[in-house]
Amino acid sequence: MSAARNNQPVAKLSELDKALINLLQDGFPLTTRPFLTVAEQVSSEENTVSEANVMQRIQALLDEGILSRFGPMYQAERMGGGLTLAAMKVTEEDYDRVTAQVNAFSQVAHNYRREHELNMWFVLATESPEEIEDCIDDMEAVTGYHVFNMPKEEEFYVGLKFAL
Amino acid sequence: MDEISQLRLRKAIQNGLPLTQQPYLTLAQELRLTEDQVMQTINDWQDDGMIKRFGLVVKHHTLGYKANAMVVWDIPADKVDEVGELLSLCDAVTLCYQRPRQLPEWNYNLFSMIHGQDRDTVLQQLADIIEQNGLSGFKNDVLFSYKLFKQCGGQYVQASTEKLSKSLVSQGATL
Repeated sequence: MSAARNNQPVAKLSELDKALINLLQDGFPLTTRPFLTVAEQVSSEENTVSEANVMQRIQALLDEGILSRFGPMYQAERMGGGLTLAAMKVTEEDYDRVTAQVNAFSQVAHNYRREHELNMWFVLATESPEEIEDCIDDMEAVTGYHVFNMPKEEEFYVGLKFAL
Repeated sequence: MDEISQLRLRKAIQNGLPLTQQPYLTLAQELRLTEDQVMQTINDWQDDGMIKRFGLVVKHHTLGYKANAMVVWDIPADKVDEVGELLSLCDAVTLCYQRPRQLPEWNYNLFSMIHGQDRDTVLQQLADIIEQNGLSGFKNDVLFSYKLFKQCGGQYVQASTEKLSKSLVSQGATL
């Protein structure tokens, strides 16, 4: 089984785009001319890719919304903030109201409805670890629902999986 | 490099690297640093884990990964590291965390995320994972998402205060 076989992408990407995405999900060179370094890495005997070409394709992929970021992904906890996954068990009739109330908190970052008794799942990201508790207390007061707090205890590192 | 310069660099790159021939030099000029300082600092941040990843982040939705399943597992404490490692090695698993159970409502302590083109694909991937890793003895549950109600980008450093701010990993694949 491979991700590449099972997850055929929908967006139309050239071979160069795919090569760039696969290569650069894993890191970006720390060299004086990083786009040139990348161009050399993705060039083959039959197909020479220029530095300008690499820069242009990255810009295009950003503009087309295929990439969400080009740069660093910070580790929230190391930045001094708090981060947790939270869930709620909300009745159908209250779902829209609670969604609006939860999303009104600026600390809420991703809010998914999922198929389970615990049907609302979101990430809380705060400026300090202590703020998580306060935020949950406020949220419980506003919504009238219990918030299940599930901070990570351990992370198992997965590589980069959106192979194209 | 002093702390203020570090904060300014962190802020300067949080929304992306400049698309110039020499992006580290561009940053250095903006921040009155040297290109070497910028490169060395980014390198150090990667080494010490402050930067989890440095490169491109794809929007999995745009690429056709429409189904997003949180697959949760009930794994005994003495097996959780082993199973976590196994899951993290599976191609289809994009995130894997151990989290506390919330008894009696929630009896799962290992959370994994599988992104796939559609639900059937995800379920087939899960079946393969269970079979290939001998996980059929552990209870699991699959929570598909219906809809994304809120997703924000990663604003790591508040523009107004230059303070380290609430931040979030925003690959759109966060558990």
